[in-house]
Amino acid sequence: MTSLFSKFEGLAGALGSIVTAGGRNPFAVVIEKPLSSTVGIIEGRETLLFGTNNYLGLSQSKRAIEAAQAAAATYGVGTTGSRIANGTQSLHRRLERQIADFFKRRDAMVFSTGYQANLGMISALAGKDDYLFLDADSHASIYDGSRLGNAQIIRFRHNSPDDLYKRLKRLDAPNSAKLIVVEGIYSMTGNVAPMAEFAAIKRETGAYLMVDEAHSFGVLGENGRGAAEAEGAEADVDFIVGTFSKSLGTVGGYCVSDHPELELVRLNCRPYMFTASLPPEVIAATGAALEDMVAHPELRQQLMANAAQLHKGFMDLGLNASTRVSPVIAVTLETVEQAIPMWNRLLELGVYVNLSLPPATPDSRPLLRCSVMATHTPAQIEQTLAIFHQAAVDCGIPMQANAA
Amino acid sequence: MSETVESVSALIIQKLLANPKVPRDIDGNCKIMEDLAFDSLAVMNFVMEVEDSLDVSVPLDKLADIRTINDLAACIVDLKNKG
Ligand SMILES: Cc1ncc(COP(=O)(O)O)c(C=O)c1O
Repeated sequence: MTSLFSKFEGLAGALGSIVTAGGRNPFAVVIEKPLSSTVGIIEGRETLLFGTNNYLGLSQSKRAIEAAQAAAATYGVGTTGSRIANGTQSLHRRLERQIADFFKRRDAMVFSTGYQANLGMISALAGKDDYLFLDADSHASIYDGSRLGNAQIIRFRHNSPDDLYKRLKRLDAPNSAKLIVVEGIYSMTGNVAPMAEFAAIKRETGAYLMVDEAHSFGVLGENGRGAAEAEGAEADVDFIVGTFSKSLGTVGGYCVSDHPELELVRLNCRPYMFTASLPPEVIAATGAALEDMVAHPELRQQLMANAAQLHKGFMDLGLNASTRVSPVIAVTLETVEQAIPMWNRLLELGVYVNLSLPPATPDSRPLLRCSVMATHTPAQIEQTLAIFHQAAVDCGIPMQANAA
Repeated sequence: MSETVESVSALIIQKLLANPKVPRDIDGNCKIMEDLAFDSLAVMNFVMEVEDSLDVSVPLDKLADIRTINDLAACIVDLKNKG
């Protein structure tokens, strides 16, 4: 008899060697208690958090916490069903209006997670006879949404408008609709999409354009509307999807659009129809966090200043950090044998970052993914850089002095 | 279009052999993931290179049915003949 679990044998072996090489399981880190947005207790020690997506620190927003408490007291803690089958609450519509107004769009759909927003929008929009053009480094939720919708999927080289253009031109399918999907900021590397160039291609070829602003909402653009705003490309973006789980610090996903057909998507979208809607306290906290974000544009400036400080620090240390300054900064190492001890040493010395191993990384080298928050202090960033230096020395990681 | 399964298969093998990690004795019947130890991402990235050489795009859903080098060659010839 074949075991159901025999397919996990390779994984078990790989995990075993990661644990043996470093002494702990990097995928089972427990944050025992957050002390603030930037410090948490891990293994009993106060640890600097540089591995969250809490870019603006709003998971600890006082306004959001109070809104959640009040909503739970008034409305209860759950909806017990889907919007379609079991009814929408006034809170849901109010949040959708608030999100749509923020993006200056006709309407918004709120989903229970960002993962479901991608799954739902992509599968509902791109059906069997349509073509999807996906950036090669797309998030899993984008790939999964593509599969759920049975569209023809064509992958283009990461962040390459030329390659996208070539593949659109190569395709001879005048009667098929085409949807291009890109991300504002890529979650692993911090790369930012060249939105203006993608928009020009969309205009020339008559394709539709969707951008997942999961990591760029609240982060890029003068008003925090993301990479499309930052590059002046919003008019050409048909659909923006995103999540509340990063810059707003809660949970949930959304899609905004000017296309009136969004209302019909609600009835043709399995990840929206067949799951419970967000509970009142999350809806209320999200709305309040968005108000906080709008009221405090200085958070975005501080975030970028902090990102620049960390990035410059990595450069000065001679570590191989992403070229682009963004709140996600990945330090690339050459081998997994370097990355595992380095990640463990960082945690022992008091810094939590994300360990990302191939094949989950774009170019088959391991990454230490660091994410910056507006609420990090300059002193915390300096301390983190000192700990990176110490850990690199302790683990024998080569550091090239950058000519600067 | 003059490509045949044999000629496309030969081109794929030639491209694969440019990668020093690939075993030297591969032929058209080799299974891409099992025999060449490619993970799913490596397969997608490799197919992209072949696409560029032959000026064709292989939709990802077609990849699900492809196991051997000859399967990939046949799929590409089929796509080219349609185009
Ligand atoms: C690019 C991208 N899209 C979507 C998601 C999913 O968001 P959520 O955590 O709300 O499910 C994530 C985060 O995991 C992401 O990085």
